[in-house]
Amino acid sequence: MTQHQPVLSGDQIATRPRGRLLLNVPAISVLFLWSIVPLCMTLWFSFRRYNLMEPTRTGFDGWGNYRYLLSDPGLGLAIWNTIFLLASILLITIGLGTLLAILFDQDFFGRGIARVLVLSPFFVMPTVSALLWKNMILHPENGLLAFLMRSVGLKPVDWFAVAPLTSIIVIVSWQWLPFAFLTLLTAVQSLDEERKEAARMDGAGAIAMFRYIIWPHLGRAVAATTMIETIFLLGIFAEIYVTSAGGPGFASTNLSFLIYRYVLMEYDIGGAAVAGLVAVLLANLLAFFLMRSFARNLDA
Amino acid sequence: MATIELRQIRKSFGESEILRGIDLTIRDQELTVFVGPSGCGKSTLLRLIAGLEDSTAGDLLLDGQRINHVNPARRGLALVFQTYALYPHMSVADNMSFNLKLAGVPKEERERKVAEAARILNLEALLQRKPKELSGGQRQRVAIGRAIVRNPKVFLFDEPLSNLDASLRVRMRVELTRLHRQLRATTIYVTHDQVEAMTMADRIVVLQAGSVEQIGTPMELYRQPKNIFVAGFIGSPRMNFLSATLQQNTSSGTMIAFPDGATLHVPLISKSAQAGEKVTLGLRPEHAYLAENSVLAAKVQTVEHLGPESYLHLLSRYGEAMTVRVNGETTTKVDADISVGFDPGSLHLFDKSGLAFESPSMLTTGTGVSN
Repeated sequence: MTQHQPVLSGDQIATRPRGRLLLNVPAISVLFLWSIVPLCMTLWFSFRRYNLMEPTRTGFDGWGNYRYLLSDPGLGLAIWNTIFLLASILLITIGLGTLLAILFDQDFFGRGIARVLVLSPFFVMPTVSALLWKNMILHPENGLLAFLMRSVGLKPVDWFAVAPLTSIIVIVSWQWLPFAFLTLLTAVQSLDEERKEAARMDGAGAIAMFRYIIWPHLGRAVAATTMIETIFLLGIFAEIYVTSAGGPGFASTNLSFLIYRYVLMEYDIGGAAVAGLVAVLLANLLAFFLMRSFARNLDA
Repeated sequence: MATIELRQIRKSFGESEILRGIDLTIRDQELTVFVGPSGCGKSTLLRLIAGLEDSTAGDLLLDGQRINHVNPARRGLALVFQTYALYPHMSVADNMSFNLKLAGVPKEERERKVAEAARILNLEALLQRKPKELSGGQRQRVAIGRAIVRNPKVFLFDEPLSNLDASLRVRMRVELTRLHRQLRATTIYVTHDQVEAMTMADRIVVLQAGSVEQIGTPMELYRQPKNIFVAGFIGSPRMNFLSATLQQNTSSGTMIAFPDGATLHVPLISKSAQAGEKVTLGLRPEHAYLAENSVLAAKVQTVEHLGPESYLHLLSRYGEAMTVRVNGETTTKVDADISVGFDPGSLHLFDKSGLAFESPSMLTTGTGVSN
């Protein structure tokens, strides 16, 4: 049995609220399934007694999970670590990315190959690159740094014990530098040659050229790079899991690793749900400020 | 006071030679136009003077000083770019004073100079706007303002009107000429448009394939093109060219023969052309008219009515395309057989290498037509 739907023209759809709503249903339901349902489930769990080690203790816990989490000394540190990781990596990737982009905009022998080499870290999986850094570069016995330090008579350092967060910042920056480099390079290349020549005629040297012509031109690319990197870097996990496992103590635990600790080390789903809500809150706060400071740049 | 002198300037990009030894003097206070077809090297020549390119060989002198290796910003020249090249994130005022700011000029003086330039260019109301909020003509004026603020010895314009629509272009042309009269600064203006060259220039430099073809005032080039290239390039519509054979050199002129044997006496002479040589007869469309009987019979192919005048596109009986300017009210129809008349004094003649024949009186007195 087939039912014939009347074919609606664009005007008719626009004037008929019901028809319009109907056409929006697929998009809205997908959005609902993907984000609202998990959010509601998280909210639900956050008020439940739900620990896999104690399957018999169920029921509502009121604000119990919240009280437990907020009294956790790890939470404040995890929030701080999340923000510190994000800010440092953004600073390093965009700073170095801009320098590299300007460098690679110049014509030099072997530029094509050099560009591919710069981009290659981005193609390495996070777990693999973390292992590479952990075992081949930063390792206190077998690492390249240890070898170099020994060869000049210094005592090798166990980087993940002494400076776990800094080590992770280095690893993730190495991974994300290519991304920043690529977006900034395309922005640098889109700068009108005549505009640079006009600045040269106006007497701009290299520094003035960067400050007054190139950097303002990069504003939009920097904004976009910051946003995209923020989305991914808020949830750094693999690099921490593989290298320092969040330690020593909570020294390199960020929010996503804290949630992991709750779920798979303490089997506390309720507590993890509250930590997850804190992460959502933090992400939204950051998104709000980012949008406010960059929105002008993006629609320029 | 600023005079630019070029001595044997050469420029090559890799294997290809763009400029092949340019000797040129840009006179003080004059508006000199570099004109030529695209790829003739006129823009390269301008960029070389501006300092954005280095010459491969030769000397570039500004008021007698060699400036080949002087930094572009220190040459005291200002360049107005084809795309205007304004700084999009700066206001009009900041665009105009960027040079002064980099030079460390105090704020009050900067503002004073910007205000003065804005007054000359009628930009006062727009000083706080960003370039994207301006129309094409306004951007053009800001670009010129940026040049004026620098108070340069020489203004350089690189096809400044080619991004504007036709009516605005005519208006800016008049405005630029007025501005030049007002500022009395030495100016070099590059264009591919011979109309701009004719209307604006004090002196035109015609370039082709990296060489100077001819230098002169607009009317000198129009009346006495040195060769067939200049003759074809200056004037619109283009000069008609008809091939013929040199029959005899006389003291008062030259006898030429058309393919069918018809002969014509042209009051121009050449010292080098020999009898029997292939020559080209040149006749401007505006110097031709419809006649009863003439050696130039033709068939009308198309009639273009422009209002004040009409152009007849013809095919001569020797199979060559011709254009004749006639009255705007002409009733001549397509396919009509007509005869083209002309005053022998308005004819041009070129030898087989394209070099123009000269008027016998010119050879004796040695002076050209002056204006």
